[in-house]
Amino acid sequence: MNPEDFDTGDPIAWCPGCGNFGILNAVKTALAQSGRPPSQILLVSGIGQAAKLPHYVNCNCFNGLHGRALPAAAGAKIANRELTVVVATGDGDCYGEGGNHFIHNIRRNLDITVIVHDNQIYGLTKGQASPTTDQGHITKIQSAGVILEPLRPLELAIAMGASFAARGFSGDTEHLAGLIVKGMSHKGFALIDVLQPCVSFNKVNTYQWYSKRVYKLDSSYNPADRIAAFAKACELGDRIPLGVIYETAKETYEEKSGLDKRPPLVGADILNVDINPALKDFAVTAE
Amino acid sequence: MKNELTIRIAGEAGQGMQTIGAVLCRAFISAGLNVFANQDYMSRIRGGNNFFQLRVCSKPVHAPRRRADIIVALDKASVELHRPALAAGGLLVADAKKYGLAAGTAGFADVPLYALAAQAAGAELFMNSVACGFLTGATCTDFRHAESAIRRAFEGKPAEIISKNIAAAKAGYDFSLQQADCRSFAPGAAGGEALLLDGNGAMALAAIKSGCKFYSAYPMSPSTGLMETMSQYAEQFGIAVEQAEDEIAAVNMAIGASFAGARAMTATSGGGFALMTEGISLAAMTETPVVIADMQRPAPATGFPTRTEQADLDFALHAGHGEFARAVFTPGTPEQAFALTAKAFDTAERYQIPVFILSDQHLAESYRSVRLSDLNMPPVKRYALTGKIAPDYKRYALNDTGISPRALPGLADCVVYADSDEHTEEGHITEDAAVRAAMVRKRFHLKMAALARETEKPQAVGVENADIVLVGFGSTYDVMREAAESARTIKTGFIHLSQVWPFPAQEMEALLKNAKKAVTVENNAAGQLARLIRRETGIKLAGSILKFDGRPFDLEYLVEALETGRLQ
Repeated sequence: MNPEDFDTGDPIAWCPGCGNFGILNAVKTALAQSGRPPSQILLVSGIGQAAKLPHYVNCNCFNGLHGRALPAAAGAKIANRELTVVVATGDGDCYGEGGNHFIHNIRRNLDITVIVHDNQIYGLTKGQASPTTDQGHITKIQSAGVILEPLRPLELAIAMGASFAARGFSGDTEHLAGLIVKGMSHKGFALIDVLQPCVSFNKVNTYQWYSKRVYKLDSSYNPADRIAAFAKACELGDRIPLGVIYETAKETYEEKSGLDKRPPLVGADILNVDINPALKDFAVTAE
Repeated sequence: MKNELTIRIAGEAGQGMQTIGAVLCRAFISAGLNVFANQDYMSRIRGGNNFFQLRVCSKPVHAPRRRADIIVALDKASVELHRPALAAGGLLVADAKKYGLAAGTAGFADVPLYALAAQAAGAELFMNSVACGFLTGATCTDFRHAESAIRRAFEGKPAEIISKNIAAAKAGYDFSLQQADCRSFAPGAAGGEALLLDGNGAMALAAIKSGCKFYSAYPMSPSTGLMETMSQYAEQFGIAVEQAEDEIAAVNMAIGASFAGARAMTATSGGGFALMTEGISLAAMTETPVVIADMQRPAPATGFPTRTEQADLDFALHAGHGEFARAVFTPGTPEQAFALTAKAFDTAERYQIPVFILSDQHLAESYRSVRLSDLNMPPVKRYALTGKIAPDYKRYALNDTGISPRALPGLADCVVYADSDEHTEEGHITEDAAVRAAMVRKRFHLKMAALARETEKPQAVGVENADIVLVGFGSTYDVMREAAESARTIKTGFIHLSQVWPFPAQEMEALLKNAKKAVTVENNAAGQLARLIRRETGIKLAGSILKFDGRPFDLEYLVEALETGRLQ
């Protein structure tokens, strides 16, 4: 498969210059490399600019509710573990509205890949602070500047025991596509937080702002060391590392639940379920 | 001699009323009798005061009675708390020594529950089994029925636990034989095999039989029993049962699983149902089948966590933002819960909509002897596309029925787009006015019209020439039925709705237009069903018999209301 095989004719509704274009290209490149046909891939999203992404990719799509991409993705993966499930979500969708699902799906550790378009601002609702907006950032709502501390996704994920936590940059599509491929081949919940400029509403964290700060982790970095990974994840100031910050092998939900030893649930014959063995448990015979 | 008996076992939470209650239910069924048992318990694990009440009869029984013929007090507090519930000529059993009551005083029968337990089984904690044995003897029931029921209840426990419980029960049984005055109950036996089933159990069995393969929920009384049963059979029937982080996740997971092709269900109570409403609207918009059960309990907010109410009727009819087709089933008995859960799965998948089952604590957790022949459902059918799909496939293709072919992603060789935004036939986001109007017609008008043709007909009994017609939905079925049968001074008929949406307006109009007097019977304060009937038929009923104290209707309450004409 080639990235173009994943094109759809659907007109793209993002602003010109949006960081989402880079992420879209990276997703298509990674899907092409996965070797999976479009009918075996499911892209799940919530609501936000990021959540429009599945409409621009030729594969199955479930574009659900704001914040609820992860539970829908989890349900679909449990129902059919043979589907390749990738979630496209944003900093508001995943870390704000869907924060509880984010925490608990790290614990669940299903074999899914979660790409968070993290532009540190709300785009769809026109420029309010997101959970990852820096303190002091002035918006129409936070007119005196944001007073809450930003949520730090990779630190949270590593602390929660996520088995794969990476950071990408929408300005480096090739590197990002590589991270998505790694995330998809990782067995378990793979988080890829993608730094992304919002050209319309975030005048602080611009393409130039990110470009000055990001650097790629090289082969001297060991992503298997959790404590070192946590320290690396904390690096989020003048220098921002890109790459797989943490990766470890961990039992997946599918393995822990025994789903991996069964045919996918969706394949079961539901027309002829015999409940007689269960009825016996409730039966009492008059003696 | 009586052919019917009500037994109440009262005590603190943790004293094992539920365990021996279930043992007694099984023992009586094994002795060929019918049982109805309801539980009244507080939202606590230890202490407080709870009771388990069984009605035993040679004929089928369906509703609780207000007064008990035998009350066993397992603690001192229960003696005076439950004395007012003792029927005339009834027997109140208490342990005089243990509770510090003056032996020989009138008003209770002294049974040394605790001493017998210590003697026979080595510890006072077996006093509940002593009570169980005592009740077996006091009702002239052969001890072997109790023994086999105890063996079954403690199946898998160490042999010593089983033998001690049996020894304690035997001590209670032998003691009862010395109390000849207790032995006034001699019913004819009904015989045959029966299932001991509550509403939750019936729904679980039907869900399994209907091919439910995914069940996600957040524990909430009184829906948790359904989740436990699904979990108990998960491995055996290949069902994923997932405890979600909250009810929002529960419903969205079910929708995701259903989108992928697994039949999916979730259940909760009012508060959790409130959290699910956003997801309900998602199921409607994406046209994803899902079955959602609301086991009602008294609200608002946390309300009475362990008690019963029917106040979510309006809520279920309107839950979810926007306009879309839905079906709301309101079973009244475990048998109906079984049949209608099956119909809910079929309806959800056929129409690609959210379908609701409104149960309540009373139906969900009251046990009855149910005949296997009364558990029925039609053969399960599937309505989804897999395999080779035409290249021009559109998930939301417009047609005359409103129902588009539903391909399952991963199982069909096409790609499927589902969207919570307004969408084109292909499933992509649109802002087009004409497409919007066509999609609303599809999701709402066309589907509702088709659903309305299949609404369960109201069940009407003795309505013609009745002086008064009772009208109810859900769990009031049995109490209406028995009240209609036993009201002596006034000729009573009843109408029961086991589906309230789409509302069977024509049928109800035909049934009600000639009624001399009709009133609703509802476990709520607003008379929600009466309002619904008025809205849908224009008929204003004479009033309502309402109960909103968190307790179910008992037979006497309803009969009294009927005979005194007390309406709200």
